[in-house]
Amino acid sequence: MKRRYLAVSAESNEPIQGKEVLDAVRNALTQLFGEYGASQAELALIRNNKQKHYFVLRCSRRALPMVRASTASLTEVNEKPAVIHVLRVSGTLKALRKKTVSAKLT
Amino acid sequence: MRRFADLHLKPSLEDLGQVRRMITKSAELGFQMVGLSLPSKIGIGEVGRLGKICGDAGVELISRVDLAPRGRRELLNDLRRLRRRFEIVNVYCTSKIVARQAAKDRRVDLLSFPVAKFPKVFFDRAEAELASSALACLEIDMQPLLSLRGFARIRLLSVLRREVAVAKRLKVPIVFSSGATDTRFLRKPQDFASLGMLFDVGLPLALDALSETPLMIVERNRQKLSPDYVASGVRVVRRRDCCLSG
Repeated sequence: MKRRYLAVSAESNEPIQGKEVLDAVRNALTQLFGEYGASQAELALIRNNKQKHYFVLRCSRRALPMVRASTASLTEVNEKPAVIHVLRVSGTLKALRKKTVSAKLT
Repeated sequence: MRRFADLHLKPSLEDLGQVRRMITKSAELGFQMVGLSLPSKIGIGEVGRLGKICGDAGVELISRVDLAPRGRRELLNDLRRLRRRFEIVNVYCTSKIVARQAAKDRRVDLLSFPVAKFPKVFFDRAEAELASSALACLEIDMQPLLSLRGFARIRLLSVLRREVAVAKRLKVPIVFSSGATDTRFLRKPQDFASLGMLFDVGLPLALDALSETPLMIVERNRQKLSPDYVASGVRVVRRRDCCLSG
């Protein structure tokens, strides 16, 4: 199965954990696309950079548009006001790292 | 590379700090042009100040006025008074009479519809036909989509899906705007575009709704507002002193 890796940043006044971001995206996915849609996404947290406030999520390629829409629809994470921005999307972790390094995100 | 425009930011203009924050954030997120919803009685000095804030952030300011007339006559008066003062004119259609007049008037650039009036849908086939021939676009604000929850959002998505289907069928251009009152409701253009899938707007069309279509409207109106504009397809190329006048 083809996968996509998303580097996402959390923008909030309070500290946010990767697990909270994952749960928030999962909940949004279930709200917007139902359990059937959420099951197609196969969402997982791959990397958690707390200092730089960015995280790497993995999803199936087929569900990427759903995951992006769910991420964009978030206005709070674990009842803390927050915005999640997708920084980069890539097919491999290596390419994602390259892209984020070139964009001075790491 | 695509240029993106967010035609609808709605910060409180009394709080210049917030205006600055929102404009800077829009620039950071990848927009090159931002439209600020301005009061109809705004002075040139104030527009200049806002233009400077935009210039500092690296984005272009688009002046925009939102009209919410109660009747046909009020709309026509507002258009007569304000059309040449703003680059974008949006009409918020709260009744069918206003919606019909706005859709057939070529001075109107954007049509927006209340989300709370369900099941009254003013953007129907007849409305779309008028809008299509008058070059008006359907504007969809994203803030309600982000702020509403539960059944209210389901209802909104249902209305948007119906409006988009009519717009697509009759080739009415669609414009996506943030409609944001706060930085919490600002997203990257690609993220706004991805939200389009919730009401059946595919990614290519959604990206056009954030770049090609708004840029086309702005360019067209800037041409019309320039002193060289004479009529559609006719403009002054060069001015010379008249040889007969001496």
